[in-house]
Amino acid sequence: MANVKQSSYLRDVLKRFFAHKLAMVGALILIVEILAILSLPSIMNLDPYSIDYMSFGAPPSPQHLLGTDNVGRDNFARLIYGGRVSLTVGIMSAIVSLLIGVPLGLIAGYFRGKTEVVIMRLADIFMSFPSMILILVLASVLGQSITTVTLVIGFLGWTEFTRLTYASVLSIREKDYVESAIAIGEKSKTIIMKYILPNSLAPVIISFTFRTAQAIITESSLSFLGLGVQPPDPSWGNILYYAQSISVLSNQLYLWVPAGILLVLTVLSINFIGDGIRDALDTKMSI
Amino acid sequence: MLKYAGKRFLIAIPTFIGITILVYILSSLAPGTPLEMIFSDPHATAEQMEVMRERYGLDQPVVIQYFNWLKQLLGGNLGISYRTGNLVWGDISERVGPTLLLTFASLTFSLLVAIPLGIISAYKPYSIWDYLSSALSFVGAAMPNFFAGLVFVYLFSVRLKIFPSGGMYDSSGTRSFGMLLHHLILPMLVLSIQQVGSLIRQTRGSMLEVQQEDYIRTARSKGLLEKAILLKHALQNAFIPIVTRIGLMIPFLFGGAVVTEQIFAWPGLGSLMVLAINARDYPVIMGITVFIAASVLVGNIVIDLIYSLLDPKIRYE
Repeated sequence: MANVKQSSYLRDVLKRFFAHKLAMVGALILIVEILAILSLPSIMNLDPYSIDYMSFGAPPSPQHLLGTDNVGRDNFARLIYGGRVSLTVGIMSAIVSLLIGVPLGLIAGYFRGKTEVVIMRLADIFMSFPSMILILVLASVLGQSITTVTLVIGFLGWTEFTRLTYASVLSIREKDYVESAIAIGEKSKTIIMKYILPNSLAPVIISFTFRTAQAIITESSLSFLGLGVQPPDPSWGNILYYAQSISVLSNQLYLWVPAGILLVLTVLSINFIGDGIRDALDTKMSI
Repeated sequence: MLKYAGKRFLIAIPTFIGITILVYILSSLAPGTPLEMIFSDPHATAEQMEVMRERYGLDQPVVIQYFNWLKQLLGGNLGISYRTGNLVWGDISERVGPTLLLTFASLTFSLLVAIPLGIISAYKPYSIWDYLSSALSFVGAAMPNFFAGLVFVYLFSVRLKIFPSGGMYDSSGTRSFGMLLHHLILPMLVLSIQQVGSLIRQTRGSMLEVQQEDYIRTARSKGLLEKAILLKHALQNAFIPIVTRIGLMIPFLFGGAVVTEQIFAWPGLGSLMVLAINARDYPVIMGITVFIAASVLVGNIVIDLIYSLLDPKIRYE
């Protein structure tokens, strides 16, 4: 019986999601982009690292669709591989934030008392501070590989997950089914994993999409400042780094505009999908 | 009111201390001891190094070092910059003005644009203003500061040549308010894009919510003018969540200023931060971080006070 009800709820959610026009546009763009990023390198035999000694800063040509950068690397290959890096960093760091933030929110909301005060106070401290500044400091201290950039961005993005999980745990805790679970003497761990976590997932899923979008922006900003993903590894942010030179900015649009457009398009699509999921899940929340 | 302000201030103190601990831990994780940074003589003997360690208090436990640093910090002494050899406080203080100017200008501009747009789109849903507002908020949320900055510089400085591409004044040596304003416009716009989007959404949302309230219906059935309802009843109540949003914007403004200042060569704390990080100049990095933390806290206290002015319930809780 429970099974039937669950599947019809899921069907409703999916139906609402597929009816959401912007979310569908976003999903379409993102799917095309991911397919391109995954398949083009082998189809077109792209290499973002190899240097063409015959052309430095060359304009677009049949060999180099978007020209070459000032070191003679193929810009189109860097754009595609940069997409891999930017998307991976975005998604992985959102996962890191989720893995830190959700358990802390569950603990704070379920156990209350001193743990609650400590965790939520810590969240306040992190939230009242410009995370960009802390990310800059951390990235400079820990060094700037793709892994450390991912971890740093992920580590500083936990507060939103904690806040949302905490809020929904507080309301779920008072529900009859949790009280009766406590009354029949279920272990705290079982209650959290079996009753509280599944029922507080909706806001977590929604904020996961927005977090991913935000992480992609953060990574690209960091790389743009030269403090994120380091060349020769490409990322959309460090491709745009070259546009800090006024001659690249004014005369070699093909070097920087495509990376910027892909970046905006990706973040926009993820936000559209997030909006779609929010409307489909029909939770009253403001993110 | 005074009691309330005092309470907010007391709550801010542990937050500030928390941030100083965080910053201290972060900087002590840094590779290379501070000693190597200050005293980079390869011929130094072990005894000389020991003397230097003692002089800088580096022979003491980390906790003691932290308290020493905090004591100096509260006395206004942020140490000496590894990069320039100047007092950190001096380097920071000459850059505070430009950053505050940029962030305040951007905050004011965002409010002036977003609040009217948010109100109009709540009052006339599905109008052209409503569509414009939601387009603006989607693009704002997806447009990283630095890409907006590059596009603006390309369009308005390189192509149209109507705004300068960077700096606060031009190189002619004369300094006028008009010139400052002329240089301020592009970075201000760039820093505002993201804020305008989220603020429009917030304003629209809370105006729509307020419209459903009983007191609005009462006011309407009393026959009050629409304008009076809007200004007196709706706006005042809708403002509470908007003010919260403004409070959340402050840290983002300071964070965004780093990137924006870098693009526009704006001589503020953000561009100093990038210089300091590239040079691993930890006293400056720590100084800026703590200074920004303090400013954000002051900003939050101000927001809290505005809050209590708007809603008497909060004051007496």
